[in-house]
Amino acid sequence: MEQYTWRDIPIGCVVEEPGNAREYKTGDWKSQRPIVETAKCIKCGVCWVFCPDAAIYRNEEGFYLANLDYCKGCGICARECWTGCITMVEEEK
Amino acid sequence: MLDRLHHHGGGRKMTSKRVGMEVSIALSEAVKMANVDSISAYPITPQTHIVEHLSELVADGELDAEFIPVESEHSALSVCAGTSAVGARTFTATSSQGLALMHEILFIVSAMRLPIVMAVANRALSAPLSIWNDHSDVMASRDCGWIQIFTENGQEVFDQTLCAFRIAEDHRVLMPTIINLDGFTLSHVVESLYLLSQELVDKFLPPYKPLYVLHPDRPLTMGAFGVPEIYAEAKKAQEVALRNSYPVILEVWEEWKELTGRPYHPIEAYRMEGAKIALLTMGSFGEIAMGAVDRMQEKGIPVGLLKLRLWRPFPFEEIRQSVQGLETLVVMDRAISFGGIGGPVCSEIRSALYQQPRRPKVFSFIAGLGGRDVPPEQFEEMIQQALKMKRKRQVEEFTMIGVRE
Repeated sequence: MEQYTWRDIPIGCVVEEPGNAREYKTGDWKSQRPIVETAKCIKCGVCWVFCPDAAIYRNEEGFYLANLDYCKGCGICARECWTGCITMVEEEK
Repeated sequence: MLDRLHHHGGGRKMTSKRVGMEVSIALSEAVKMANVDSISAYPITPQTHIVEHLSELVADGELDAEFIPVESEHSALSVCAGTSAVGARTFTATSSQGLALMHEILFIVSAMRLPIVMAVANRALSAPLSIWNDHSDVMASRDCGWIQIFTENGQEVFDQTLCAFRIAEDHRVLMPTIINLDGFTLSHVVESLYLLSQELVDKFLPPYKPLYVLHPDRPLTMGAFGVPEIYAEAKKAQEVALRNSYPVILEVWEEWKELTGRPYHPIEAYRMEGAKIALLTMGSFGEIAMGAVDRMQEKGIPVGLLKLRLWRPFPFEEIRQSVQGLETLVVMDRAISFGGIGGPVCSEIRSALYQQPRRPKVFSFIAGLGGRDVPPEQFEEMIQQALKMKRKRQVEEFTMIGVRE
């Protein structure tokens, strides 16, 4: 985004390319991230339902994991998880 | 009945017809001739006759447009933002509290570069409740980013309404535009004026070609979030765009002059030749001030008159040119910036002249608030008071005139 000067701003700040918000990684400011202990996961998807940012995806094996490009580290998934398989850990960097 | 007034066919000699018409109706007729696609407005005194007449024109099938009734001015301008975004030529009108209620949407519309045209029948703001005319409504919205034009009589209202669509929709501009007309003193008076034939209007104002349109076939986003990395750039682009509308405004007015013989300038000068003193007014009081200037000139006082038409973008260079050779400039404001500089117009004029090596002494007067009349003698009184203050080297931020002490 920082490559744009004021001259590059489209008239009225229109975004001409639909859906390009996904290119904008919004999760870089989280202070915690979820770690899933898949051995305890029952693949119920309750974390996927509750994630307020739709940052949880289902992998090929059917486990639900957080996409860290978008996860804000709110911890709702860990709180709602029935089996307690999600732990929030400090972001290291 | 109004049909007779504008359905008068083509041909050069029928290009314009002199009619007697209430100014609000003339404005509505201009909007009709502009062939707008959508109108959304909430009735408020003294703008009422404009929306009532437009609503009738739509209901009677004389104007093929959507008339969208709403429950507030906030919704009226929000609806206008929507219809403009889908590519409709859009008009609204309001006054006073209505403009105040539109406030947050005003800024959104200009930043989104939606070329809506709005008539503001200027009226005082409450409290105390007043339905009468001054400029406190539009001055409270001064920084909303719209092009803002003032008018002096019914002809100017008709002409500027049509010019406003041309200016606003020009792809070099794409800015919403406000036409200010003084409530009651203009909006409700019957004046003699020239309408234009539909044929000429169509030539002057082709159908609106939007740059971006909200349409499912070609999705795009309007009004997106502006993160700190982009917001300042967006605002600079908006500011530059408003300033860049200036030459286009002049170009459109020049074309209008070619078409109708009626010239318009950012500042209109009256009897300024050899003037050492000038009055500066905005809006319908310009006509009274002309009379006052005539009387003073008869008495041998070298007074001229400057009438500021274009309020935004502000004509800095023209102001500097217009005051050359002046010793005293008396600015009449019709609104107060409370606890600040007093008159917003005078504040702008002083700023415009501050860097000039030679500049007149500028005196700020506030008059004509909430429908208070300003007779010609009061203009003379302003001049006399200003000259006295100048002689005595008295410094006042501003003076309220015509107030019982």
